[in-house]
Amino acid sequence: MDWTTVILLLDSTIRTATPLLLACLAGLFSERAGIFDIGLEGKMLVAAFLSAAFASVTGSVWLGLLMGVAGSLVLSAIHGLASITFRGNQLISGVAINFLAAGLTVVVAQDWFAEGGRTPQLGDGERFSGIVLPGALDLRTFTIAEQRDLPLLQRFYSDVISGHSILVYLAALVVPLTWWVLYRTRFGLRLRAVGENPAAVDTAGISVTRLRFAAVGIAGVLCALAGAQLAVAEPAAGFTRDMTAGRGYIALAALIFAKWRPYPALGACLLFGFFQALEARPDLFVTLFNLRVPSALLSALPYILTVIILAGFVGRAIPPRAGGEPYVKER
Amino acid sequence: MDKMPRWADILLVPLISLILAAAISALVILAIGENPWNALKIMVTGALGSTYAWGYTLYYATNFIFTGLAVALANHARLFNIGAEGQAAIGGLGVALVALYLPWPHWTLALLGATAAAALFGAAWAAIPAFLQAKRGSHIVITTIMFNFIAAALLNYLLVGPLKPSGTMETATAPFPPSTHLPSFQDMFSTADTPLFRGTPANVTFFVAVLLCVLVWLLIWKTRLGYEIRAFGFSEGAARYAGIGATKIIMVTMLISGGLAGLMAINNTMGEAERLILNAVEGAGFIGIAVALMGRSHPLGVFLAAILFGFLYQGGAELSLWTSIPREMVVVIQALVIMFTGALDNMVRMPLERLFARRTRSTPLAPPGPTLHPPGRMAPPSTPAAE
Repeated sequence: MDWTTVILLLDSTIRTATPLLLACLAGLFSERAGIFDIGLEGKMLVAAFLSAAFASVTGSVWLGLLMGVAGSLVLSAIHGLASITFRGNQLISGVAINFLAAGLTVVVAQDWFAEGGRTPQLGDGERFSGIVLPGALDLRTFTIAEQRDLPLLQRFYSDVISGHSILVYLAALVVPLTWWVLYRTRFGLRLRAVGENPAAVDTAGISVTRLRFAAVGIAGVLCALAGAQLAVAEPAAGFTRDMTAGRGYIALAALIFAKWRPYPALGACLLFGFFQALEARPDLFVTLFNLRVPSALLSALPYILTVIILAGFVGRAIPPRAGGEPYVKER
Repeated sequence: MDKMPRWADILLVPLISLILAAAISALVILAIGENPWNALKIMVTGALGSTYAWGYTLYYATNFIFTGLAVALANHARLFNIGAEGQAAIGGLGVALVALYLPWPHWTLALLGATAAAALFGAAWAAIPAFLQAKRGSHIVITTIMFNFIAAALLNYLLVGPLKPSGTMETATAPFPPSTHLPSFQDMFSTADTPLFRGTPANVTFFVAVLLCVLVWLLIWKTRLGYEIRAFGFSEGAARYAGIGATKIIMVTMLISGGLAGLMAINNTMGEAERLILNAVEGAGFIGIAVALMGRSHPLGVFLAAILFGFLYQGGAELSLWTSIPREMVVVIQALVIMFTGALDNMVRMPLERLFARRTRSTPLAPPGPTLHPPGRMAPPSTPAAE
């Protein structure tokens, strides 16, 4: 294995980890406030569709992103209505949202574009392109042979760190931001408290309902960014049916793996993103270890690891205490 | 204290939920420029209008009875089995192994063997999540979701590799031998001059499903184990105090639930495809959630809800054939049914309760009772006898 392979692998790890990370942080806000969110998948899917659809129709990727956020927020509102206002079962609401998204995106895509449930191919300007960071080289202007001759550090910086969509860098910023909000602001303290002991928060005269709706709303925005990264950030060029392909659930797994903490979430998503990147390169194991690893094993690995974590063999994962329980003010 | 008469709880609430779901579906159909009334007519003719239509409707319904019963039984212990999808897939693996590698002289014996294998494999797939919930307190919803994906990956591996006969392109096992083929409705009910159910997949498994409805009903309401399951579902603490072991109930309930889900494979794999294909379950495990919610976790309710969803499935297929409404419309309807009967139940229930409270005038307007659901568990299915 040469450096080119390593760099390509890490590059695609960053790209695949980004939607996972954004969805994972979305789940973190929601679950830390005591609202389980199985519907990450559905919100990503709707945002992926709407952002691609509106980017294609209006020609502006930013307008697309805005509509994606709006669509995701509508689903968040439904989830909030069901699980906060009407004290319904949060898990069932999440399941319903995922199906709603899976069905509606295809039905509407077929009606709008008649291309079998996809959006038209997005051209330049209709999607987020790679950003060349200061000091980095735009590798698109280099041939493979020329790239090979560059100094290793320069190649690493230019390919792995630089050249991603704005959403990738945004996701990287959201991690410390989430940490700061959760652990250094009043809002964060209350948010965590409402997930552990809502009655105490209520007694202090703070609205449990408002806090939880805020958390669910933040989750909606983050899910929308995750969906947009899938559909309208290079090299993606539009929406295809079921394009989230279980990423919402992998994000959920990463959240448990990270034990509901922001920086470990980054680590978990990079790890799971690395698995996904490896899955696309089954040849690597053969050349490296002369071993045929079935790609199915790699795709199942995040789930298997999460089950092991859940089993408590590698440190226990303890969820927020009030998670999944609707809050009843008075009995 | 009863807030509502029993008929309102059993009939009115699901009916209103269903009407709400149907109304929104009609709006969606209107929005994409089709006529909802016309769509309904196509669905009714296409799913109920002939024995051919019924042959498909009942085939789908059979799948949903199995998964619906699986979810419903777990509900009684307040366990949310979201893993019927994976359990049914692994059940298919059990059926395939038994049908392919054991010699069967007659389909009746093959059916017995496949039933045992499907139930065993399905139960085994539910065993680890059940054990982790019982012993480690791991959230059963999360673990069963994870096991759905692991099952998909496992079958993907097996059907691309070891189980695929060499020289074929399809991701499927070899066809099962003819001696394992189950009689279809066409074989059973057609006569020489009146062919019925021609070419449809409905088969003898439907009657197995009906039998299971009865057995599950007996289990839940006529046996000691069923009593323990329901008691555990109502109050874990009280059940424990009465000497009912949590570990045992969680394990046994989930094993039976997984077995029921696994049994779906005798319908779709042995009865219809006659070989194991990739993605054979096609979401039926998740529809089981809608069916169980709609049917209030009662076997009779599950049976009726499964027929309803069978109708939706076959009707949806006809819709996509005759109109520009894609098949995925069914997924939208399914989502709305789950949303209204499951998550937004209180939205329908609370105004109704207030209405009935005002009409009887016996009790002042009381705030609706709290419904506290511990994580990973659902509200107990409404059993009129309790409370």
